[in-house]
Amino acid sequence: MAAHLKKRVYEEFTKVVQQQQEEIATKKLRLTKPSKSAALHIDLCKATSPADALQYLLQFARKPVEAESVEGVVRILLEHYYKLSPFEIFQANFPSLSLESHQVLAQLLDTLLAIGTKLPENQAIQMRLVDVACKHLTDTSHGVRNKCLQLLGNLGSLEKSVTKDAEGLAARDVQKIIGDYFSDQDPRVRTAAIKAMLQLHERGLKLHQTIYNQACKLLSDDYEQVRSAAVQLIWVVSQLYPESIVPIPSSNEEIRLVDDAFGKICHMVSDGSWVVRVQAAKLLGSMEQVSSHFLEQTLDKKLMSDLRRKRTAHERAKELYSSGEFSSGRKWGDDAPKEEVDTGAVNLIESGACGAFVHGLEDEMYEVRIAAVEALCMLAQSSPSFAEKCLDFLVDMFNDEIEEVRLQSIHTMRKISNNITLREDQLDTVLAVLEDSSRDIREALHELLCCTNVSTKEGIHLALVELLKNLTKYPTDRDSIWKCLKFLGSRHPTLVLPLVPELLSTHPFFDTAEPDMDDPAYIAVLVLIFNAAKTCPTMPALFSDHTFRHYAYLRDSLSHLVPALRLPGRKLVSSAVSPSIISQEDPSQQFLQQSLERVYSLQHLDPQGAQELLEFTIRDLQRLGELQSELAGVADFSATYLRCQLLLIKALQEKLWNVAAPLYLKQSDLASAAAKQIMEETYKMEFMYSGVENKQVVIIHHMRLQAKALQLIVTARTTRGLDPLFGMCEKFLQEVDFFQRYFIADLPHLQDSFVDKLLDLMPRLMTSKPAEVVKILQTMLRQSAFLHLPLPEQIHKASATIIEPAGESDNPLRFTSGLVVALDVDATLEHVQDPQNTVKVQVCRVLYPDGQAQMIHPKPADFRNPGPGRHRLITQVYLSHTAWTEACQVEVRLLLAYNSSARIPKCPWMEGGEVSPQVETNIEGTIPFSKPVKVYIMPKPARR
Amino acid sequence: MPEIRVTPLGAGQDVGRSCILVSIAGKNVMLDCGMHMGFNDDRRFPDFSYITQNGRLTDFLDCVIISHFHLDHCGALPYFSEMVGYDGPIYMTHPTQAICPILLEDYRKIAVDKKGEANFFTSQMIKDCMKKVVAVHLHQTVQVDDELEIKAYYAGHVLGAAMFQIKVGSESVVYTGDYNMTPDRHLGAAWIDKCRPNLLITESTYATTIRDSKRCRERDFLKKVHETVERGGKVAIAVVGTRALGYAGRVLLARMNLKVPIYFSTGLTEKANHYYKLFIPWTNQKIRKTFVQRNMFEFKHIKAFDRAFADNPGPMVVFATPGMLHAGQSLQIFRKWAGNEKNMVIMPGYCVQGTVGHKILSGQRKLEMEGRQVLEVKMQVEYMSFSAHADAKGIMQLVGQAEPESVLLVHGEAKKMEFLKQKIEQELRVSCYMPANGETVTLPTSPSIPVGISLGLLKREMAQGLLPEAKKPRLLHGTLIMKDSNFRLVSSEQALKELGLAEHQLRFTCRVHLHDTRKEQEMALRVYSHLKSVLKDHCVQHLPDGSVTVESILIQAAAPSEDPGTKVLLVSWTYQDEELGSFLTSLLKKGLPQAPS
Repeated sequence: MAAHLKKRVYEEFTKVVQQQQEEIATKKLRLTKPSKSAALHIDLCKATSPADALQYLLQFARKPVEAESVEGVVRILLEHYYKLSPFEIFQANFPSLSLESHQVLAQLLDTLLAIGTKLPENQAIQMRLVDVACKHLTDTSHGVRNKCLQLLGNLGSLEKSVTKDAEGLAARDVQKIIGDYFSDQDPRVRTAAIKAMLQLHERGLKLHQTIYNQACKLLSDDYEQVRSAAVQLIWVVSQLYPESIVPIPSSNEEIRLVDDAFGKICHMVSDGSWVVRVQAAKLLGSMEQVSSHFLEQTLDKKLMSDLRRKRTAHERAKELYSSGEFSSGRKWGDDAPKEEVDTGAVNLIESGACGAFVHGLEDEMYEVRIAAVEALCMLAQSSPSFAEKCLDFLVDMFNDEIEEVRLQSIHTMRKISNNITLREDQLDTVLAVLEDSSRDIREALHELLCCTNVSTKEGIHLALVELLKNLTKYPTDRDSIWKCLKFLGSRHPTLVLPLVPELLSTHPFFDTAEPDMDDPAYIAVLVLIFNAAKTCPTMPALFSDHTFRHYAYLRDSLSHLVPALRLPGRKLVSSAVSPSIISQEDPSQQFLQQSLERVYSLQHLDPQGAQELLEFTIRDLQRLGELQSELAGVADFSATYLRCQLLLIKALQEKLWNVAAPLYLKQSDLASAAAKQIMEETYKMEFMYSGVENKQVVIIHHMRLQAKALQLIVTARTTRGLDPLFGMCEKFLQEVDFFQRYFIADLPHLQDSFVDKLLDLMPRLMTSKPAEVVKILQTMLRQSAFLHLPLPEQIHKASATIIEPAGESDNPLRFTSGLVVALDVDATLEHVQDPQNTVKVQVCRVLYPDGQAQMIHPKPADFRNPGPGRHRLITQVYLSHTAWTEACQVEVRLLLAYNSSARIPKCPWMEGGEVSPQVETNIEGTIPFSKPVKVYIMPKPARR
Repeated sequence: MPEIRVTPLGAGQDVGRSCILVSIAGKNVMLDCGMHMGFNDDRRFPDFSYITQNGRLTDFLDCVIISHFHLDHCGALPYFSEMVGYDGPIYMTHPTQAICPILLEDYRKIAVDKKGEANFFTSQMIKDCMKKVVAVHLHQTVQVDDELEIKAYYAGHVLGAAMFQIKVGSESVVYTGDYNMTPDRHLGAAWIDKCRPNLLITESTYATTIRDSKRCRERDFLKKVHETVERGGKVAIAVVGTRALGYAGRVLLARMNLKVPIYFSTGLTEKANHYYKLFIPWTNQKIRKTFVQRNMFEFKHIKAFDRAFADNPGPMVVFATPGMLHAGQSLQIFRKWAGNEKNMVIMPGYCVQGTVGHKILSGQRKLEMEGRQVLEVKMQVEYMSFSAHADAKGIMQLVGQAEPESVLLVHGEAKKMEFLKQKIEQELRVSCYMPANGETVTLPTSPSIPVGISLGLLKREMAQGLLPEAKKPRLLHGTLIMKDSNFRLVSSEQALKELGLAEHQLRFTCRVHLHDTRKEQEMALRVYSHLKSVLKDHCVQHLPDGSVTVESILIQAAAPSEDPGTKVLLVSWTYQDEELGSFLTSLLKKGLPQAPS
């Protein structure tokens, strides 16, 4: 009876809701007789306030419109709802939800979704929206159902408590509602349901484990987008409940959920659609909790048939016997049928994990192969034993037909190289890739060899021989090969030792001819040997005389490749360098600290003394940076800062200030130049160093502000008339304002500084005249304290070296004028920030002899990332010009483009696309950060 | 009962001379028309007299479909069409159409010119036969006639190989021909959509094999060649000539820096390579992507082989056709080199029983050649499965992709088929057949018959209940009208109107005797409250005249005059409410619960 009562109550409740709706229906917006959309657009543009716009909308709603333009109208509504207060539009739109057209309904639901996401804190609205969505879920149009599910996914909540609070609304289990649509008849709706479920997960709601079974059924859906989404969902659930136990159908065994999911996803690697295959292969990589025996199955096609279930020892023994039932196809006749096997044991299809990677790596589509290699990489990184096992497969991938796949597998191998040791036959295959015509592949392989462990001395020899072959075939690889040999040598000193006599072709009795010192191949051999000798003290004994001489030469000329050696009886060489390397680090750090601390006493010195101190310190820092590459970044950074300060002091020292009245003279060159230079330097500090933190940014901006103040004062002093001054003053004050807003959190650190004082006087400044402002600024600049620049932990200066063109060639690059010639540019970039957007950062510039400059933005694909903090730019610059009579040089250099708004911390109120007049914050510019290279070119007139 | 009948004339529990007859919904289709490599007598061609003893074959067959150009799939075609006589359409893909005549001509030459056979088809016959060919594109649905349609799917295997779907109405059969589920160096993998045919006829050459990864095999192969060459031996690699130097060759070229000369036997291969260049869209992703920059089928390091080279000293590597050593250059080379234990022959593919290849692979060391001479085989014989057939896993995968109702295995050895059959039935729960040659398999089908439903009826049903759920059957009342061989489902009122019939009502009545001494009204009240509590989902009403209705079922309580102790409940319901009515009576027969008076 109680149940019956409840039902009655529920019925009554539903009736109430219906009545509500009827009420609303009386003031229904009739969009069914629509009007021209363009008119609405204009109307809405005219609207100044939300209330106005709403009025327009309401007017519009009563006007007749043609049926075709309904969609356009709705779109305009969507565009404009941003400008309106969301709640109002919600109220306006809500009643019209009982429209006839499915398309309009879907669009409106879309609007509601946007509104809902805009008001995350308003529970009541969300509840109502969810309600609306639930109501329309039964719509006949797939579009409407799609949108409803999307709405549910984005707004539906699981928190029952909240739902109960909202009176009259039944607690809805969003997951269950969405789950019901997993079996919708339209595949698009099924996909949307899964996506909505994933959305719920993304919003942090915990999905029920029951979904797992539902999702598993969807894996055999007819439509690829459903399967693809289902794979994702299974993955999500497996990450949520990795340890729960699920039964295996058709047996009474149980298994961890993550293992089961792994098997299922593995099975999808042989799906019919390559989109699903890619998806599955990708997800496999992130399933690290999977048990190791499942993982290892993925590499074995045959074993896999059984490992799905745990077996008793007896069964396993039988299996060993029966595993011979499938032939490997390597030997004739081993597939001859033997006696009947207990067929219950073998299961080819269900036990998906078996050989998943074997399939994935052999897939027809290279996209799948790449995904599989990536997944292998991730799994191998987390499991050393798996790394060992997948090595063979990875090595085989080095022979893939598609370059991207080869490259990817080489990179993968590099990432897992600390877990593995290459066997000789594997090394053989690996080294064969050195013949590849693609430069990327060869260089990736060199990188790989840098960090590979080789097991035998034959392996080392083989690698050396192949690298030398590579060197003769592609001489441009010289640097990369040398570097590779450096690491190869230092990693395997004991393996190199027995090879030394052979490599140096020394003979126990006879002196052999001295090899040519300029031969790149010989240098390569020496690099290998010297690096091995570093940790192998017995090796130098095997050197012949000329080897020592060559060592001395190489140590000087290629110091980055040749380490310092402790050579017996060669005190001269050894004592000069070797001890310093190890022990100097600490003192230099100390020295840096001391010299910087010295600067803090700057305040108490007279201007002259301060200048001198700064000059000394800058000199010291620069020298230190040259000596100690590890500290170069810090030293340079601080030196730049000090230079700014020095310039500022110098500028303020000028005589010009002593004259009370404005001079209107051009004499203040020094001051204005100083201001300009300080500005430049501050941009460099801000954008050319990686690892700059917020603390430093504040100081840098502060310095820039000072420079601007200086500029203002100088302008005030040197220009006649007040009109330009007004503008400048205003701009400056605005900037101060911005500074205050952006760095409000850091202001306490800026005690006693220029800004601190400035802000104190801000009210006064705002009201006073420009001349007065200038005066105040001037005194403040003089009084302001020097700010201590806190040193960041890790700071590196961005630098770039253009490797190619080398700029030494005397042969001009000839081309027909008016046509285009491609110039290969190869450069390494170090510590360039934001590798994803490097495109925007680097700009190549070609400076023609006639002063014409051309900026080229390299494509994103031209950047390679061979290591952390390092980038490689390999691109082609297209040059063209009209005819010249003689060959001439053009300059090529790399520039760092910056956008000053990039570093500014985002303020909450600045979000939402509010465009404010950001005078200061949007300066874009470029900083040259590589040495220019000159290329000799010769455009010839076209022959007729 | 409609059915699909399948009779293999060749390739039933055997490899070679593929030829399968399929009758589906009254249409007869012949799939492939091949020859057998193992025989040189009448057995090499399928027995076409099975189809008809006298009369033209054209009258019995609606069309012939050739899956690809291998001779065991098309070798008997000129014989069949010109000598036996068939004038209907022959369907094959464009590459097959281009390459097939070359192979047939070659086959004819060997048979007639070398072996001196009489009564063989002539060049002109090949030409005439090819005139009857209709070329199809992949995924193109071709209407053979009004009802029969065929559609080709990519099959990998060789250039132009295709799987065919044969469809009549809602019944369909898929024939795979030979196919490959893993891509090789220049061809992609077979692919089919979830077409859910009634029957999938699949090859099963490698029914018991699960191959190693192809890269493992490549490695192995390279190692073997390397070792032999280093020993100073000669390597003969038998290749199926038409596969553009074969898989193995491509590997060898791509990866080895062999210092020894590499030759390949001229003729077929050159032509075949030419066709690979022509039909780039049929190749795999890699070639499709790169053929603009670099043509994979240009070989710089390979020289054409001359018969005289076989006697040259020193190591060499020769690719020779045909692959099973049953004739031609590969057999000649094999004869010359067989005596030296340093040499090696590599068989990269499957060998049909009866060929030299099969003999040496099964370990025979003394071969009887033509002319009674005995050849002692001392050279190493290696087998390396590079042939482009699907392995067991691949076959299962394809079956899984197509989701057929049943599977029929052809083109494989009986024992191996047995094993696969078992697996398929067990794991995919799909019935599986493996008929021998001449044996007929009959599959009953249940073709679906489309029925038109009147909109009024549909709308009425929709209004009553929820939306129709996918894949869930739902009960619907209506009248099926069969008129002029079409079917319509209309509401019963409309049916009555159309047919000019009057409506009859069928009502069931039933008496239920209950022991009760109370009065009728009281009785009715009790029945009412009882039913009300039991049937919560139904509308139970107590009418003022003392009767109780449940939906349209009427229950009246009456007191028979003779016995005051029993009451009779009269239950009456219409035919439409039969289910509820019978439930009610059985419920009432159990008696009313003892009321707490």
